Amino acid sequence: MGYHWNWGVFLQPSATGDDTYLGWMLYGFKMTIGLSLSAWIMALILGAVIGVLRTVPNKVLSGFAMGYVELFRNIPLLVQLFLWYFVLPELLPPSLGNAFKQSNPIVQQFLASMLCLGLFTSARVAEQVRSGINSLPPGQKNASLAIGFTLSQTYRYVMLPMAFRLVVPPLTSEFLNIFKNSAVCSTIGLLELAAQGRQLVDYTAQPYESFIAVTVAYMLINVVVMFGMRWVEAHVRVPGYIGGK
Amino acid sequence: MISMNKVSKHYGAFQVLTDCTTHVNKGEVVVVCGPSGSGKSTLIKCVNGLEPFQGGQITVNGVSVGDPKTNLSKLRAQVGMVFQNFELFPHMTIIENLTVAQIKVLGRDQHEAEAKGMQLLDRVGLKVQALKYPGQLSGGQQQRVAIARALAMDPICMLFDEPTSALDPEMINEVLDVMTELAQEGMTMMCVTHEMGFAKRVAHRVIFMDVGHIVEDDSKEAFFANPRSERAQQFLAKILHH
Ligand SMILES: Nc1ncnc2c1ncn2[C@@H]1O[C@H](COP(=O)(O)OP(=O)(O)O)[C@@H](O)[C@H]1O
Ligand SMILES: [Mg+2]
Repeated sequence: MGYHWNWGVFLQPSATGDDTYLGWMLYGFKMTIGLSLSAWIMALILGAVIGVLRTVPNKVLSGFAMGYVELFRNIPLLVQLFLWYFVLPELLPPSLGNAFKQSNPIVQQFLASMLCLGLFTSARVAEQVRSGINSLPPGQKNASLAIGFTLSQTYRYVMLPMAFRLVVPPLTSEFLNIFKNSAVCSTIGLLELAAQGRQLVDYTAQPYESFIAVTVAYMLINVVVMFGMRWVEAHVRVPGYIGGK
Repeated sequence: MISMNKVSKHYGAFQVLTDCTTHVNKGEVVVVCGPSGSGKSTLIKCVNGLEPFQGGQITVNGVSVGDPKTNLSKLRAQVGMVFQNFELFPHMTIIENLTVAQIKVLGRDQHEAEAKGMQLLDRVGLKVQALKYPGQLSGGQQQRVAIARALAMDPICMLFDEPTSALDPEMINEVLDVMTELAQEGMTMMCVTHEMGFAKRVAHRVIFMDVGHIVEDDSKEAFFANPRSERAQQFLAKILHH
């Protein structure tokens, strides 16, 4: 094969001249991390609330939460992204919609991407939280109510602390997914890691180096997340506790 | 103290309790027994409103349990309950298990709650375990902690739902001893249990249930000497020859 390896390409000045190709990759890397982390925080907060609502006795609240989950879980991620980016601005009141369309394109892309990934993932987090709560021994809730706690105190002091511990391992994979899913956002022009990798191919004609660099970057994220979540898991482990009954 | 009048409950078409009527006076110890599935747990959970019921009334210390206006949390804080599977809060240390509700429900301060908790742990012989977690204790120890946790709320009466059924035989007595002591101090108690030795020693009355009915409700002497119904005779014969 006549492929000409050139790892030095990353240190060459980029086509636009104001940066190196390594700088492009770092820009994409930072964008992927920033987007994924902000969407993850949103997903955790919303997912926890919706997951709890799915388990409450109030039919209106649990019904609302179920609709929410089905909506965001079942529409393909790409379609949701297009809805947020292209359709929503048209549906907003004109003043708001125009303000959005006139803002910095990067801000537009980032906001739509964050909303999309955050809501999509929140539905999945909600399902994990719900199953965590439902896998607690039913007697725990009774014992908590029996001692005089209200239902909200029961969630706060008894059920949620254990449910969240049970949910750390499945949340690890959701956390990893959000980084991978963020690549979809390149379709609306957001210059995240995957998009920068493709740009590099176009500009440098060094596809192997570009995609190896992208792959390594995603793997690095994976490793950090795995170790981080394992640390969390170890940190919240309850002495002597063996699984849910 | 506890008064039930024609309490009925059903799950859909399935009748779990039918016209259950009984009274537990202050200081009285009542043992509830009967075959599995006869509705004992359901009956006892109706007392503190953990299970809703459709017919009849229950009052605890004059407060109607079924009345939608009743503050059930407040009522439950006064009624101690002990479960078959202990149900300690696994993520809290033993002493936290004993203090959390004192602080969050009764509004006691941390020091007061801890002092009370330690005193009760001492009483059930588990003071040295205060900083351990429930999963690090044996079943018998966990159940004694569960009793102490209920007592920390200064309950006006105690409900027990088969407190020794999940225990290995060698641990049953340590729990029954705590319960016996409690009874001797004059605690009002309603105990679902198959420990007939305990019933004979400690109970004032015995209730026998079968398919959702209270079939017998008699002094312990009368119940053990001469159970009136055939079901109770069969039940006793079976359980005593175990
Ligand atoms: N949530 C429920 N839905 C339907 N049936 C139930 C439910 N809980 C209990 N039962 C039924 O009610 C009956 C009484 O149960 P329970 O009070 O637990 O009996 P016991 O404590 O005497 O063994 C049983 O036949 C049981 O199957
Ligand atoms: Mg039972």
